[in-house]
Amino acid sequence: MAHAHESSKKRIWIVLIMLTLITTVEVALGIVKPPYLHLTSILGTSPLNWIFIILTLVKAYYITWAFMHMEGEKKMAKTFCCLDSSFLNLLFSNAIVN
Amino acid sequence: MEVNIAIPSDSKETWNGGGVKPFGASYGKMMMWFFIVSDALTFSGFLAAYGLTRFKFIDSWPIADEVFTHFPGLHGVHAPMYYVALMTFILIVSSVTMVLAVDAGHEMKQKKVAWYMFATIIFGIIFVGSQAWEWKNFISGSYGSVKTADGKILQFVKEGHQIALSDFVVNKRTDERVQHTKYNGLWFEKEETISTYSIAQIKEAYQSNSEIQIRSELIDPETKQKVILSREEGLAQLSKTKLVVEGANLEVNEYGNTIFADFFFFITGFHGFHVFSGIIINIIVFFNVIIGTYERRGHYEMVEKVGLYWHFVDLVWVFVFTFFYLV
Repeated sequence: MAHAHESSKKRIWIVLIMLTLITTVEVALGIVKPPYLHLTSILGTSPLNWIFIILTLVKAYYITWAFMHMEGEKKMAKTFCCLDSSFLNLLFSNAIVN
Repeated sequence: MEVNIAIPSDSKETWNGGGVKPFGASYGKMMMWFFIVSDALTFSGFLAAYGLTRFKFIDSWPIADEVFTHFPGLHGVHAPMYYVALMTFILIVSSVTMVLAVDAGHEMKQKKVAWYMFATIIFGIIFVGSQAWEWKNFISGSYGSVKTADGKILQFVKEGHQIALSDFVVNKRTDERVQHTKYNGLWFEKEETISTYSIAQIKEAYQSNSEIQIRSELIDPETKQKVILSREEGLAQLSKTKLVVEGANLEVNEYGNTIFADFFFFITGFHGFHVFSGIIINIIVFFNVIIGTYERRGHYEMVEKVGLYWHFVDLVWVFVFTFFYLV
């Protein structure tokens, strides 16, 4: 385990703020649903949906990297987990074409 | 490639991999990662099935912010998604307290680990409680609708806003129907709850109030709103009614497609069960921290492992939240 032994509290709080901000933005967009994002379409779905999916992936990155300490794992382990999840995300975005 | 070579180890080390650490991770942690990856596949399967089904019924899928509109203490206020957002925030905060517990474990601070674990458990319980409350609102419903013989849900609107059956059905019930129970001598068996209003009653109320319109399941692709029928069209549809629907169960729901509620119950239920299991495991680890098991062991790796699981549950919620409530 390549754990940094100095306390990583500062990073934890930054990640909390980031996750909260992203969720707030998502909910605000979900309630307002600006027509130019909601009623138009690119790549099979509305830009609003793409924004939601991308923001979700950003949140997933923060949770796995910072909270699950994936950044501290060996490169091989990282590669396997990421290959797996990116394959799945491909599956999601194919299936969920709103 | 020493991973593949059997290394003789004394019996004491057998159950922790005998000191072999593939990817530099201990046996227990490795197994937790394996579990997480396979569980991720399970959830992905569910979400992909949800996505596919939704795509299939995309022209009539219920709109999430018309379904989840409750907030505790605010009765009758249209509060789309505020409560789910709060739930998401609570789960994120519980993830933070969990990671702080892991952090304190690295520093071998027993008391701090215990307090952070405690906070995580409390937030977890709040989350599961909130989910139960969401389910309760979903099951009891808020507006009520009718279902036609060809399986379409019709909702009622006034000036473009959905209204409840109780808002416009003011006339008397004429079919004299009462709940059959084995105690009132009407029937020998119990029957399912009968709807508050009869079909004839609703039809009569609709005909006598010209302000009421019927909203179909269909979504207008231009505006992404449900299509509101004209008065005549509405009456024609209403004549096909075979069932009054209040709330939701696995067979019928007032929001639209049956399978929408089925997926809601199944996926949020499966996630909720994961949170529940997480709380139980957290409680076990919490007591082990208190009695000093990990202090004696010399490391708090167990806290790290349960932490991995807890963060994974949070991760899954992030996806469920997006695909159920936002997209």
